[in-house]
Amino acid sequence: MVNKSLHLAREEEQMLNGEFGAGAQKAMELLVAIGDAYDAEKMIPISRAHAASSGQEGDLYFVELLADGGAKCRVPTSTNPVYDIKYFHRLFDVPKDEAEVARKVMEAYKRVGAILSWSCVPYLSENIPLYGEHVAFSESSATPYVNSVIGAYTNREAAQSALAAGIIGKTPKYGLHIKENRKGTTLIDVSASLRDEFDYTLLGHYVGKTVGYGIPVLAGIRKPPTTEELINFCAMSNTSGAISMFHFPGYTVEASTVKEAFQGDVPKEKITVTDKELRGVYEELQTTSEKADFVQLGCPHYTLKQIGKVAELLNGRKIREDCPLWVCTSATAKLLADKSGYTRTIEKAGGHVVVDTCIDEPCWAAYKQKVGMTDSPKGAYYRRFKEARVARLQECVEAAVNGKER
Amino acid sequence: MKTILKCHRIIGGYGEGEALISHEPICFYLTDPKTGIVREKTHELAGQNISNKVLVFPSGKASSVVQIDGLFKLASHNLAPKAMIVKDVETVLIVSAFMAKVPLVDRLEKDPFKVIGTGDMVRVDADNGAVTVERHGLQHSHAKASHYTAQSF
Repeated sequence: MVNKSLHLAREEEQMLNGEFGAGAQKAMELLVAIGDAYDAEKMIPISRAHAASSGQEGDLYFVELLADGGAKCRVPTSTNPVYDIKYFHRLFDVPKDEAEVARKVMEAYKRVGAILSWSCVPYLSENIPLYGEHVAFSESSATPYVNSVIGAYTNREAAQSALAAGIIGKTPKYGLHIKENRKGTTLIDVSASLRDEFDYTLLGHYVGKTVGYGIPVLAGIRKPPTTEELINFCAMSNTSGAISMFHFPGYTVEASTVKEAFQGDVPKEKITVTDKELRGVYEELQTTSEKADFVQLGCPHYTLKQIGKVAELLNGRKIREDCPLWVCTSATAKLLADKSGYTRTIEKAGGHVVVDTCIDEPCWAAYKQKVGMTDSPKGAYYRRFKEARVARLQECVEAAVNGKER
Repeated sequence: MKTILKCHRIIGGYGEGEALISHEPICFYLTDPKTGIVREKTHELAGQNISNKVLVFPSGKASSVVQIDGLFKLASHNLAPKAMIVKDVETVLIVSAFMAKVPLVDRLEKDPFKVIGTGDMVRVDADNGAVTVERHGLQHSHAKASHYTAQSF
């Protein structure tokens, strides 16, 4: 079977032939391979991209290949967190070779002209797609968020395919770039109470695990979800499963009714989620009942509102010395947290507010044998620590202050 | 007996080796990067070595970062599979194979799980869209019969 479905425009052919440099050629080769695999007929322009950079060796190999080959991003392309090298090296011994990989990754993304957002929620401030835009967004919360909440069009990209698309300014037309492929596959009847953003992480975890790969349509949600609740649902459902898109009819943009979400199809599958299922997920997430050695918040990166909540809970109190508390966020949110006084309140209580940092990085090596407490099942899943306790923010803060949850 | 089957190229190149069949999806992050041995305890290939094999499996699994890093690490130790034959592709598996430079094909004209058995000698010529299978494998359901009919071409 010879692959002939993908038709390339003249400039695209030239890129593939190396006329625009070795970096652009490599990026084009990857996009053509993906287009071929999916029988795409053509490439389409994208307006922006988000590369889920990670500070891993594979990530370094590809971004250096493009940077050394003279490639530059043609459309705004933001980056995922690695870690704040200066901040962590002041406090811990980070393995030298791993630190070197992180430094080189950050340097190479700068060379290709990426937006150095180092944030996993770039769709909130640094790189915001509009409704109907075609984009290439990798990263677990970013892909479903821009598809479902914003109504932009992206496939479930890898860091490298998103970066390649950012370099070329195009992506093969397949999958979720086509309207018919964006209809629901599974109906989820939600009768769970969904009190707060933590319940949305549990819901996301359950839906991802149960649906696996597909487009769930969640009916029965009574209260409009908040930004943070949606972020949490996205991050979790695309970690425990591969959920690139979903519909909350009436709340997300592409469907106001269940019928519209399925584009007239009859749902193949129906699942019910009650408080019992969410309790089950919660219990399954705890790997220990031991006391926490540290608290890690901000996976995905906390918003300004969430940092404000942490400050409110810590105001005038003191974090135990044997249970450090960390809040990971974006540089933009941190700037506003500084101005709003939140950072000062948290730091006065003994907590850390760090930017550019992901929970899955070698900078956390000091906690390898420890019990970590977090409000993020995703953080617990990728944990760089021994045992995990997953709980609501309030309980995490109480654990850091009192050594007790309530 | 030798069979030549048409296939669909995803990542080009040529690779040959002994076939290893997995009926379950594979996450390369869950193999030992220094040996190629599958360390996912519940996997049907647990304890087996995927390096330098022609790996036949339904699809990839797991998040993009770990999957790509997993295959890339195997490749940097020269322990990646020689080629991969799959039934369903997704973007992450394509990127993984691209980065590790492992030929990847799908859409074999016959069900790969029926025509290839563990231990068969398989040549994957992705550039020309052809897979050649020489049956040796004992685990193959039709292998026994093929010894008797022994029609080579």
